[in-house]
Amino acid sequence: MKRILYFALSIFLLVSCAPKPSGPQTLTVMTHDSFAATDTVIQSFEQANNAKVTFIKSGDAGAALNKAILSKDAPLADVFYGVDNTFLSRALTADIYVPYNSPALKNIPVEFQLDPSHRALPVDYGDVCINYDKAYFASHNLAVPQSLEDLIKPAYKGLLVVENPATSSPGLAFLLATVKHFGDPNYIGYWKDLRANGLVVVDGWETAYYTNFSGSSGKGPQPMVVSYGTSPAAEVMFASTPLSDSPTASILGPDTCFRQIEFVGILKGTRERALAEKFVDFMLSEKFQADMPAQMFVYPVVPNVALPDAFVKYSQTAPQPAVLSPDDIAQNRDAWIQAWTDAVLH
Amino acid sequence: MNSIFPRRALLWLAPLTFLAVFFFYPFFRILFFSFDPSTLNPSNLAFSFHVLLFTFYQAILSTLLTLLIGLPSAYLFAHFEFRGKSLLRALTAVPFMLPTVVVAAGFNALLGPRGWVNLGLANLFARLHHSLSPSPFIPFIGTLGAILLAHVFYNTTIVIRIVGNALSRLDPKLEQVARSLGADPPRVWWKVILPLLRPSLLAASLLVFLFDFTSFGVILLLGGPRFATLEVEIYVQALQLFNLPLAALLSLIQLLCTLTFSILYTRTLTYSTVQTAPRSPVTHKAQNVLDKIFVTSLIFLLSALFVLPMLALPLRSVSRLDADRGDRAQLQTGFTTDYYTELFINRNNSIFYVPPFQAAINSLGYAVATVLLSLLLGLPAASALAKPGRLEKILDPILILPLGASAVTLGLGFILAFGRLLTYPWLVPLAHTLVALPFVIRTLQPALASIPDRLRQAAASLGASPFRAWQTVDWPILRRATLSAATFAFTISLGEFGATALLARPEYPTIPVAIYRFLSQPGGLNYGQAMAMATLLMTLTTAGILLIEKLRLPGAGEF
Repeated sequence: MKRILYFALSIFLLVSCAPKPSGPQTLTVMTHDSFAATDTVIQSFEQANNAKVTFIKSGDAGAALNKAILSKDAPLADVFYGVDNTFLSRALTADIYVPYNSPALKNIPVEFQLDPSHRALPVDYGDVCINYDKAYFASHNLAVPQSLEDLIKPAYKGLLVVENPATSSPGLAFLLATVKHFGDPNYIGYWKDLRANGLVVVDGWETAYYTNFSGSSGKGPQPMVVSYGTSPAAEVMFASTPLSDSPTASILGPDTCFRQIEFVGILKGTRERALAEKFVDFMLSEKFQADMPAQMFVYPVVPNVALPDAFVKYSQTAPQPAVLSPDDIAQNRDAWIQAWTDAVLH
Repeated sequence: MNSIFPRRALLWLAPLTFLAVFFFYPFFRILFFSFDPSTLNPSNLAFSFHVLLFTFYQAILSTLLTLLIGLPSAYLFAHFEFRGKSLLRALTAVPFMLPTVVVAAGFNALLGPRGWVNLGLANLFARLHHSLSPSPFIPFIGTLGAILLAHVFYNTTIVIRIVGNALSRLDPKLEQVARSLGADPPRVWWKVILPLLRPSLLAASLLVFLFDFTSFGVILLLGGPRFATLEVEIYVQALQLFNLPLAALLSLIQLLCTLTFSILYTRTLTYSTVQTAPRSPVTHKAQNVLDKIFVTSLIFLLSALFVLPMLALPLRSVSRLDADRGDRAQLQTGFTTDYYTELFINRNNSIFYVPPFQAAINSLGYAVATVLLSLLLGLPAASALAKPGRLEKILDPILILPLGASAVTLGLGFILAFGRLLTYPWLVPLAHTLVALPFVIRTLQPALASIPDRLRQAAASLGASPFRAWQTVDWPILRRATLSAATFAFTISLGEFGATALLARPEYPTIPVAIYRFLSQPGGLNYGQAMAMATLLMTLTTAGILLIEKLRLPGAGEF
């Protein structure tokens, strides 16, 4: 009994004492759950600046931002990465960032620089697209839909699964694509048609992709899912047996994809301003930009950065992605979600 | 006897300080920060009432169903001896710690649109009618039935453990006396056993009800977007729509409801637990035909409910899962151990990669700390509650509050209250203890209350020191309850996801956190690794529970 107690106590002490942040310079980076990076890439920054980088993951993109806003008077971190264009205005209105005109911005196309005050700096982008299960359409001799309008045809009844925009970031992005395409309030009519055509709605991406989508390992019943333009590349890179081709692809019609741009910024109240600036520069440097695609399945904003093979072959970006201004989104997001909820769920 | 008050206060000191710092302070900090009287308008109130109504409805149904399965099961484990009993008992506790995503995957593999049941039916139907219907025959995911079944699946173990403990403590003589006085079995149950079980029955029902009442993951994942409980709506309002005032209003409603249940519970509980002599439980094999039918059918039912849905996970963790290009109705069945070996490879050189062994160590470290901490805080509180005075009647309902309070709100409260301290890993077991403590107290309190004072007095009059008296009188009775309490704390900590995801540093993930990471990226390898990790978690928990229950603590001689 005593031995067990001592053992347990020592584990407890180990757990409680071991990983306290130490050293003179620690940079804390708050981000969403999808953040990932190669260990040596982060280490190279740490070595070059004699610093330790600590990450805090705070839920999905929306939740992480809200936690950053909630803690803005006593920030948990020095840098916040992961606010996208659908939430950008909320971050800027809440004024959680200090401006930083990074020299690295000159390499980044202006179309990504949505914040002229340079509080939020673009890091990466990607498209939320409908993925389809190639085998299903081939074996059923069914043409792949080419537009949003196609999806309400009877041939595709019950074949599409989407995420609830109130609880999912890709779900919200797809709702915004339909708002852009059909306009307000006509998009509601479109969603009613989708609903009548057997639309399936689930809470989040994990359920949609792994439980409902037939093209994933979960082998669900729907051959079309709202996911990302890079998902087909991920299916090849993370296949359990080497694949010569991706089992899925994206539908790249007009406004079928919504472009998400992710931003980084230095949090107001940081105690490591200089180091934070260096980290932002580092995220916009070629080294980090080239690391992102294979880690987070997004595209770097810096042009001409080398992409992984699977990305070049299987990942697709939309030629005509849907775009809405952050201000427009900020002003109407909640009303659009509410109207959507009333039309589709109730 | 006038020294009783300071001693009582001493018993309460640690648990109340803990709750004050880690529950009330953060919770009310966020409520004061967000609450805005202008949200008290008719449309918000009508909305809240609507959500509250559904929350109640599903919680009451779920609790009744859980009792319906749990009570006979408690009786089964308390009275009968059968092969594989300890394994089945341990397996019923496994769901308690499984992350909802994994449970959803298990149910989906069994009952989903392309699950085994529906595929089997579809094949049968196709053979009869030579055509394949695209829609499943039994809709499951996205129905109220899925929510109820998942709640029963998660919470039956609470009834089995808490009521089962009380049942096995009951003196069989009471039943024999009643029978010899001419009472038939139903009358014995109604007049003798049920009244004696009342405290544990109420405690179990309250805990189950609160779990159902604050249900979150099950509603989102298995119920789908058409259902929302208060907790789901708080999550949507606070974390997605950033409507903190409305989230605060809903949290307040949820807290007031929990407080009402707890007070009602305390009022109904008369504290007149019958004191029983310490004795080891008497179990026997099923002897007559009726008993045999009861035992066999219940074992069958429990296996179907607890083993079948979870069987999908180990099965899927060793089968190739790549999207196939052939016959859609066939699930590929190629055997592979790739997912397990892949767990040990940091293929992507990710900074957050953690070997499964390390994730298991993290999980176990947090779990052991939670067990120790919750027993340390729970024992004094349960001792005080065993002989309640006026103070206890006021404090009792408060102890249950953390279980029924909104976890989302509390998480946000932690951010406001502790700021940068959030990056310290010791907050994780503290948060787990908040959930485990009500269980530990509810498990220990009836056992403590059942210890007859005359035994302690007899020990003392025979010259035993207080410690010796405790060791020979209290401990043998407490041992079983302590083990149950430890099992609860252990499984709660192993399976906890929400607080862990918020508080644990990404470099020190627990197994549930690691599972979610795999499931957040596309690709057969990721899905397979999630299933492999879930299988490891199940194995670890089953082993842990079996170990705790097998633990023969010194000084606890069998009677």
